[in-house]
Amino acid sequence: MFESKSGIFLVAGIGFFGLAFLSNALVPAMMYRHLPEKTVKELVNGNLRYQFEDLAQRYPDAFKAAYGEPPEDPAKAELWYNEKCAESLTIGRKIYTGEGCWHCHSQFVRPVSNEERRWGPVSKTWEYQNELQRPVMFGTRRVGPDLSREGGRRSSDWQAVHLFKPVTLSPGSPMPEYPWLFDGAPDKPNKRGLALLTYLQWLGSWHETYPYYEDYEASKILPTPKGEGESEEEAPAEEPAAEATTSEAPAAEAPAVETPAPAAEPAAEAKPEPAATSDAPKNE
Amino acid sequence: MSTPATAESPRQENLVDERLVFWYFVAALTYMLISMLGGLLMGLQLLRWNPLPLSEYLSPGRWRMVHTNAIAYGFLANGFLGMMHWVVPRLSLRPVLDKRLSLFIFAAWQVVVLSTAVGLLLGEAQGLEWGETPVWIDPLAQAGLLLVAINFGYPIIKVKGPMYVTLWYFLAALVWTFLTYAMGNFVPQYAVTGTAAGAVGGLFIHDLVGLFVTPMGWGMMYYFVPILLKRPMWSHGLSLVGFWGLAFFYPLQGIHHFLYTPIPMFLQYGAVLSTIALEFVVLTVIINFVGTLKGTGMLCLSNLPLRYFYTGITFYFLTCLQCALQTTMTFQALIHFTDWVVGHAHMVMFGVFSMWILGMMTYLVPRLLKTDWYSEEWCYWHYWASAGGLTLMAGDLILGGLFQGWSWAALQPWDKSITVSHPFWAVRIVAGLLMFLAQVLLSYNLYKTWQKSPLRLGDETLTNVVPATT
Repeated sequence: MFESKSGIFLVAGIGFFGLAFLSNALVPAMMYRHLPEKTVKELVNGNLRYQFEDLAQRYPDAFKAAYGEPPEDPAKAELWYNEKCAESLTIGRKIYTGEGCWHCHSQFVRPVSNEERRWGPVSKTWEYQNELQRPVMFGTRRVGPDLSREGGRRSSDWQAVHLFKPVTLSPGSPMPEYPWLFDGAPDKPNKRGLALLTYLQWLGSWHETYPYYEDYEASKILPTPKGEGESEEEAPAEEPAAEATTSEAPAAEAPAVETPAPAAEPAAEAKPEPAATSDAPKNE
Repeated sequence: MSTPATAESPRQENLVDERLVFWYFVAALTYMLISMLGGLLMGLQLLRWNPLPLSEYLSPGRWRMVHTNAIAYGFLANGFLGMMHWVVPRLSLRPVLDKRLSLFIFAAWQVVVLSTAVGLLLGEAQGLEWGETPVWIDPLAQAGLLLVAINFGYPIIKVKGPMYVTLWYFLAALVWTFLTYAMGNFVPQYAVTGTAAGAVGGLFIHDLVGLFVTPMGWGMMYYFVPILLKRPMWSHGLSLVGFWGLAFFYPLQGIHHFLYTPIPMFLQYGAVLSTIALEFVVLTVIINFVGTLKGTGMLCLSNLPLRYFYTGITFYFLTCLQCALQTTMTFQALIHFTDWVVGHAHMVMFGVFSMWILGMMTYLVPRLLKTDWYSEEWCYWHYWASAGGLTLMAGDLILGGLFQGWSWAALQPWDKSITVSHPFWAVRIVAGLLMFLAQVLLSYNLYKTWQKSPLRLGDETLTNVVPATT
């Protein structure tokens, strides 16, 4: 058997491969068969819908060009938004894959290396049981931060400016620029840009709270100069300025005005000043 | 091993399509250069200097995928296919199934690789690492792999009696590659989702290395090393342990690429244990090859192809030792997601398998072109720049990965991990340029050699000249 053609073909070639496929692939698939796979439409939740309608208000022209106008009837508009949101998510996932975002940003929080403190709850299987995780976007490298809890953490304006020219908001960021997702300016996302923004705002939107990973002190082991603890990775000092120059609706106003929004949103919108809101419970 | 010079033995020209072997080598080197340009672009982006920021078709994120895919399907696959066209007929004493089929496969495979590159640049990637081949190319590639298996499987199946070690590896690899590609590209896309798709994805990355590249590479070593040393392998028993150990343990480890994910913990531990077990198997293979070299180690100084091979074997030992350590949960907590893994991957794919293929080309090109290398000195330069550049790059990234991991665990603001990476990324560019220039030099040397080849000059009287051993 050990040197014969049939032994090598059947035992090593097919047998051992099959054994590995059984144990490494079929077992997890069987173990999670009680968790039904959600369709894209089922993924549209309140948090995401809020962000999607927010896109429609922030970028009315771009939104109209990409998706048309919602019906007058509120009940129909409700359905229409859901439908367009799902469509946008699907396209967004395709862009996220096609641009290789997942090669520098992971989508899972590990129970080690203080990741819970940085990014919030450890990832669970149910979070991945959906159509947009075919194949799953775990990722294997983090040049930039994990994105599985990114949705709602920052305004879409922030995301748009950051995608257009990352160094505006994250000085020193090695992230490439994606001007082709915009029509010449960060406040003019095209259909692809809107889709990627929707996808980013979806990530983690299934959680009721948005973790603030700026929300810790700098390590005691490597003390940083005074004030560094607050000037976090996104350099929030520059954020309000960038927001003001690039968007017609400054995000900071939102919490005061937007009372009818779903519960989680005010906190999410207030995020551009993480230092100020750092210890507040996220959505109460 | 080599064809015995008896009257009834088939002659080389009836066995091997040497022209095709050479074409495969040219294709392989072309993709190597393309791939390295992609790596260069991504490396420059990390240093915040993108020379080509304007077009989406030149986006570093897309070229990063071209980089890895061009190595897997462009360089390694073409290099191995060319090598198999030389080795399999000579070992089995039979030509491949059909020479026209061989030509068709060659053309079809280049179409597959080129359309993969074009698809990736158009933003059509599939979300499967190392299998980003757009979904509409997958069936074509799958059919190509089937044809490859049939074309080479035929002479192997026809062998009477026991087969030589190399053919064990090749026969198994033909089956495994076909199955691995099918599993990775179709199952997590169409059959399962989420965590289970992650497990399949991990298995795919892993099997592509372990069940396609590794058996092809070791099969090649078991063939060329004894020929260059003019002596048989040290221990047939260890050859058996090496093959069967790899066949059993290697595929069981896919999940170790996704430790600490929601994949069930007992499966993660299983993958870790199996990885550590495999390192003992690797040790037997290394011992076997060191035993084969015993007493003639100085040949590595004078015989250039042998030097490539044993350099690769040394790197193989190092990477596998690294595997056994880095697969433990303790190590994973620190180094997962960091450049450590990138350094490790470069050490395996370039330090081991690319060095082997390049050494094999250094050995075969004079035999294919019936003339010595245009410049043997350039061959030595190519060796030193490749091996030196890789050592620098792997060492640099592995070290840098530790700093990144510590920076994250210490809850430093994210941009601190970028700042700390910067010097390492700068060194990496230098190392990468060195490796790139080495391949440019080799390509130019190949071109100049071809120019003076009697095949090109049409001087038939020279075609029987056996070149001196490089």
